Amino acid sequence: MADEKKIGAYMCKGCGLGERLDFDNMKMIAEREGKANLVKEHDFLCSAEGVKMIQDDIDNEGVTNVAICACSRRAKTEAFNFEGVAITRGNLREGVIWVRPDTDEARETTQEMAEDYVRMACFESKFTQVPKSSEQQGRIDNVLVVGGGVTGMTAAIEIAKAGYKASIVEKSGALGGHLADAWKDIPSRSPYADPVDTGVADMIAAIEADANITVHLNSTLTKTSGAPGRFAADISTESGSTTTENFGAIVQASGYKDYDANQLPELGYGKTPDVVTQAELEKLAVEANGGPIKRPSDGKEVTSVAFVQCAGQRSDKEGHLPYCSGTCCLTSIKQAMYFKDNNSDVDTTVIYTDLRTPGAPGEDFYRSGQQKGVVFTKGEVSEVAAGSDAHSVKFKDLILNEDTEMQADLVVLATGQVPNSGPDLEMQADDKADAEEAGEEYVQEIPVDSILNLDYRQGPDMPQLVHGFTDSHFICFPYETRRTGIYTAGPVRRPMDSLQAKEDGTGAAMKAIHALEDAAQGRAAHPRSGDLSFPSFRQEGCTQCKRCTVECPFGAINEDEEGYPQFNEARCRRCGTCMGACPVRVISFENYSVDTVGQQIKNVEMPDEFDEKPRILVLACENDAYPALDMAARNGNHYSEFSRVIPVRCLGSVNTIWITDALNSGYDGIVLMGCRKDDDYQCHFVRGSRLAGIRMSKIDDTLEQLNLEPDRVATYEIAITDVDRAPALINEMAETVEKVGMNPFKF
Amino acid sequence: MSTNTAMVEKYRNNFLKEVEANVEEGEWVKMCMQCGVCAGSCPLGNAWEHPPQEIFMMIRAGKREDVLTSDSMWMCTSCYNCIVRCPRELPITHIMHGLAHYAKRLGIQPKGNPTQWFSEVFWNNMMKKGRVNELKLGLSMYFKDGFVSGIKESLKNAKLGMNMQKTKRMAPMEFFGGHGVKNPGDLQKIIKKAQELEAARIEEHGK
Repeated sequence: MADEKKIGAYMCKGCGLGERLDFDNMKMIAEREGKANLVKEHDFLCSAEGVKMIQDDIDNEGVTNVAICACSRRAKTEAFNFEGVAITRGNLREGVIWVRPDTDEARETTQEMAEDYVRMACFESKFTQVPKSSEQQGRIDNVLVVGGGVTGMTAAIEIAKAGYKASIVEKSGALGGHLADAWKDIPSRSPYADPVDTGVADMIAAIEADANITVHLNSTLTKTSGAPGRFAADISTESGSTTTENFGAIVQASGYKDYDANQLPELGYGKTPDVVTQAELEKLAVEANGGPIKRPSDGKEVTSVAFVQCAGQRSDKEGHLPYCSGTCCLTSIKQAMYFKDNNSDVDTTVIYTDLRTPGAPGEDFYRSGQQKGVVFTKGEVSEVAAGSDAHSVKFKDLILNEDTEMQADLVVLATGQVPNSGPDLEMQADDKADAEEAGEEYVQEIPVDSILNLDYRQGPDMPQLVHGFTDSHFICFPYETRRTGIYTAGPVRRPMDSLQAKEDGTGAAMKAIHALEDAAQGRAAHPRSGDLSFPSFRQEGCTQCKRCTVECPFGAINEDEEGYPQFNEARCRRCGTCMGACPVRVISFENYSVDTVGQQIKNVEMPDEFDEKPRILVLACENDAYPALDMAARNGNHYSEFSRVIPVRCLGSVNTIWITDALNSGYDGIVLMGCRKDDDYQCHFVRGSRLAGIRMSKIDDTLEQLNLEPDRVATYEIAITDVDRAPALINEMAETVEKVGMNPFKF
Repeated sequence: MSTNTAMVEKYRNNFLKEVEANVEEGEWVKMCMQCGVCAGSCPLGNAWEHPPQEIFMMIRAGKREDVLTSDSMWMCTSCYNCIVRCPRELPITHIMHGLAHYAKRLGIQPKGNPTQWFSEVFWNNMMKKGRVNELKLGLSMYFKDGFVSGIKESLKNAKLGMNMQKTKRMAPMEFFGGHGVKNPGDLQKIIKKAQELEAARIEEHGK
């Protein structure tokens, strides 16, 4: 294909471009320097007539690569959507005329800017191929649902409703999970006044009646391999038999386990049977079957009950959960109603520090509890002392600021949710490194069974973010994960109640179906949804350094026996982090490579050192920084005429060779714009900006070798809303360059 | 047995129930969510021993004695700021007056509280002729701590008094009788009947 490449450059004179720029000169540049085989201009390129002009050239002239020099690549994507050709865009509108003033003094530099973008579009085009399918695709319309609790059951039902098949693998002997053991549930519909039926029986009946849902009870996954569209899972039963089935996508709804209340002896747990957890109270309520609830020690009908909120939670004590489980306040209100609805004379007291009632029922359910006479006391419980009859709950009243106590027949501890997420390899590795650094022997914590047993180089389970919950890109895309085609849902992702778990299961079902359909067509999943390109590498150049396999945020790359990377196209999200990692630059995409960007950098015209025209390279993340700059342009924010902006898929795809080359070829300043990193990351590719941060911290060595000032390279975290800040940072670099002087490496 | 001990007997430890049954708007106390907006909104908050938020908490904690003998409720000036701001829409001002009223009914209200004393003086003053005699009301304030301090207080404000007379803001002849409604005796009968009805209602319903 490469030798048959025919580049067509198309320039638009609409939106004021025609009045501001000298198109004759730009056409000449595209022809002579950009080596475009065909150069045309149009007064209104995105009109039906303009689009037809391009389409005719593709059909009749055999144009394979289209370089459109008009507006930003984010604009008019529907109009400039041509099948079967490689498209590149020169950003003359948002990138040039909208960010520069329309004055006589600015005319010359504005024209230079536009000419550079024309060159860049032509050279990018020259090194871009039309993406072809990898022929790794498969389509299996069966989704594996791991876990048969509320989340898993909801996911399976929704998948079947959408016309696909679902298989539930449940570790225990029955469906229903925690909710099946509950007497009643928190209401999910107005008026949110009373506890309601759990609905578990109905869900189980619906699953049993559905021919598209298969249930494997007493089973676990012993091995999961493959990629979206072609997963293979070994489902092993307790008795030891194993069957292997193929799946298109996976929903992990492995849920939570209750926090171990035995770690709370100060709250009387284990000292008297009358101190119970919320889960144990549900059992008592089921036994009472609507009648008066009896306490475990002597079977006496309970006349007073104290609910201790945040038991072993929201505490930085050793062994306690540091986070809020978000459901226990509502559960305590619900359970207090069990008593009040049966006999309003039972004293029910909820001792809380902060009552948190998230979700739809929230305030209304709380208010209903108050109306029913549940007493809410803001206090911090220090001790529960078992008595011969009543037990004494000692607490500090936080409103009256005094230590006090109350007597209760029964004490209920609101313990939290602990995710069933399998072992956290990253954390283990970190702990091990810390221990080695401190010169101590690394002691592995209690081993945890893996849930998925993934046959991935990056470990058997989903990566975790904090407190053992699986990483889910919680700020921007909560349903996303770092293993393509495997979606976590329910309390394994964050603590939640059944209502939220149902929503989560539905969302994950939708994502799973989307993933398997995308995989079948060789298209990327979120966020480059629909992208057909995939990474490939030149084996003869590869040094088997494994940086790509280690750094891939999505576990898309395995290694073969010789240590060469094995790309799994369907797992890949096309961020290019592997490309940025590769020290020998052998990894590339058909439409995004070291060359497509490197050639743009090289082909910006570099004025002489004494021309007083510096050049600033801006590599902007296409997800946040580039749109922010586009919006800045639309708002009329101006920025330096010396800047040249190149969008990158992710800052993680920036190969340091681009920086070195740019400095060597005379750029005076370089600005890198990515997304927020670390725990509260906003990077669409989760770790891309973090990896870029690490790589760029080493760029100072390069600068030192070249004897250049470190101020010439700056990395920033830009959010899509930084419409004023992003141009200001470019201008700041222009000022810096003025201060430190021109780069001496201009040839 | 006094009314107070009778109530203690009747409700045992459950002061919240007692308040709900006997205090005007008392059924709202349980709905407080302890956000503290009332305490922060009260212009006299600093002068209170217990702001409304705390009073509600004390009621739930069963601190009967502390609540009913507190002078906090008596400090309320009925500015209604708390009612306007309460996110749970509790009629806080009314509850405060209800509590004060209930404490007085039980005869355990704080003694020597000036606002309470003033209320009584105001009431008695007004009941005589059906209108408030401002001169007498003012003088009874000056003389509340005895004759000598009353004279001193009056002399201190002599100049103000002269000026008020000049601008016809004060009529010295009001001291002798003063003006009133047409038939004060009828008014007194009306009020007496109302008090009887209220007493009967409290006897039957608690409030």
